[in-house]
Amino acid sequence: MKIGKEGRWALLFITPWIIGFAVFMAYPVVVSFFYSFCDYSVLSKPVWIGLGNYRDLLDDDVFWISLRNTAVFAVFSLPLGILFSLALAALLHLCVIGKATFRAIFFLPSLLPIVANAIIWLWIFNGEYGLFNYFLKGVFAIQPVNWLGAPNPAMAALIILGLWGVGYSIVIFLAAFQEVPTELYEAAELDGASHFGKFRHVTIPLISPVLYFQLVMGIIGVLQVFATPYIMTGGGPARSTLFYTMYLYDNAFRFLRMGYACALAWILFIIIVTLTWAATRLSSRYVHYQGG
Amino acid sequence: MADGTVRFSDMPTRDRVMQAAVFVVLGLLSLAFLMPLLWMVSTSLKPVEETMKMPPSFIPWPPQWHNYVEAVQAIPFFRYLLNTVIVCVLGTTGTVFSSALVAYGFAFLRWRGREPMFALTLATMMIPFPVIMVPLYGVFRTLGWVGTLQPLWVPEFFGGAFNIFLIRQFFLGIPKDLLDSARIDGASEWQIFWRIAVPLAKPVLVVVGIFHLIFAWNDFLGPLIYLTKQETFTISLGLQFFQSQHGGTQWHLLMAASTLVILPVLLVFLAGQRFLIRGITMTGLKQ
Repeated sequence: MKIGKEGRWALLFITPWIIGFAVFMAYPVVVSFFYSFCDYSVLSKPVWIGLGNYRDLLDDDVFWISLRNTAVFAVFSLPLGILFSLALAALLHLCVIGKATFRAIFFLPSLLPIVANAIIWLWIFNGEYGLFNYFLKGVFAIQPVNWLGAPNPAMAALIILGLWGVGYSIVIFLAAFQEVPTELYEAAELDGASHFGKFRHVTIPLISPVLYFQLVMGIIGVLQVFATPYIMTGGGPARSTLFYTMYLYDNAFRFLRMGYACALAWILFIIIVTLTWAATRLSSRYVHYQGG
Repeated sequence: MADGTVRFSDMPTRDRVMQAAVFVVLGLLSLAFLMPLLWMVSTSLKPVEETMKMPPSFIPWPPQWHNYVEAVQAIPFFRYLLNTVIVCVLGTTGTVFSSALVAYGFAFLRWRGREPMFALTLATMMIPFPVIMVPLYGVFRTLGWVGTLQPLWVPEFFGGAFNIFLIRQFFLGIPKDLLDSARIDGASEWQIFWRIAVPLAKPVLVVVGIFHLIFAWNDFLGPLIYLTKQETFTISLGLQFFQSQHGGTQWHLLMAASTLVILPVLLVFLAGQRFLIRGITMTGLKQ
């Protein structure tokens, strides 16, 4: 087939992406799959070991620990984050005075450099001079906790500070609220619905596609949590905050077990796909798409 | 009433009471959200002894401005800054230009395999970074780029799936007649792209640009993997390095350095908030 004039132009416009796609995406994906069946340290050639890496995974205690930690973190931080941002967005939606300013304040932390955020929170959660302990003591008379020095408090600290970064979802939920047609609220009011009734029976069904999207993005994000715990706890104490992607990183770049790291990555991918699929199945029952 | 267009002065008393309650709750929550940043600035202006005082003081007096000078001297701050600016500027230019170019190819030009290629482009967004992390490192190692800034900006010149998707969506909203009449007037595709499509797409290009700028400034994992020498560190990696060396004691300097790293993002945020919010709504609502 001859390439026409438009085809030649297309080639010119598309070429960067074809190259980028091939070199930075397609090749790495294929090779990563191959490496996951190899013993590979980057310094020497990969050696085929079949399912060896995957079999090792099953016997690797640290793999299970990191998986468990990630699951615990996800189970708390994902629903808490969605509920918290939904509640804040609902309040913002009701608010008449200062709405834009409040929104800006809630939004800001989610844009800030993760390293700076982590360092600020290290200081806030400091066991001796931390602001958080001071606050807890002053308001609830709770004795000082060495937040990052003990397993459960460290996990709790990471979950708490995650709530600081919900600004993104707040902005999305708020925009979704604004798309709900006012007539529907008026109709509900005529039927005698309360504020909460309107929220539950009008707003939630109408924003359910957005809710679903946030859930899926949240799953993908929370399973790859890395930088904040890497900087704040380094996975400790006693591996209590060693998350999946941190263990993956350690294998790849600290232990140079790159084949093993690839196997970990593919397991992560399977987990993400499975959970996304489950969320989609679930959502087909509850998510309401306007006009089909 | 729920749409927020009613003025406070026009409200019945019952609603005014509710508004006041909402305002107070949001005000307290805002304070909680700002507190970490206020605390950072407060600590950054204290003498070291005062950072370790319980109960803590909130307003450092007199403010120790020299903490900032010390923080900047404790690390090769300006070296890190320069590296970050290089990565930010080149990467942002690269991704805006190349993604627009490719998006034009997907939106306005007909070619064999366009639809499957676009589907494939969207599919790549599902691949988590850890999956490609190791081979990508291998690619950059083969190219001799590990230890340099190149892995952090060169790939941006080859388009990004998400940005291509966003810009294509915007392009599809441009009336086709506009392009067709330019074609009849004998304009080449390049001219149509550069003189018509790009100027019209400015709002979305600004969004893509600001997001990449912030991403590149904040990025930690990329620099952590590829930058091995201190003189190539970006500001995020440099700050983390500083923390791992001096953490636990010099909180006043760490907070001063953090403030300096946050400040540019804050300025971009204040200047471009409108675009950022529009961009998020664009990506979050119209999947």
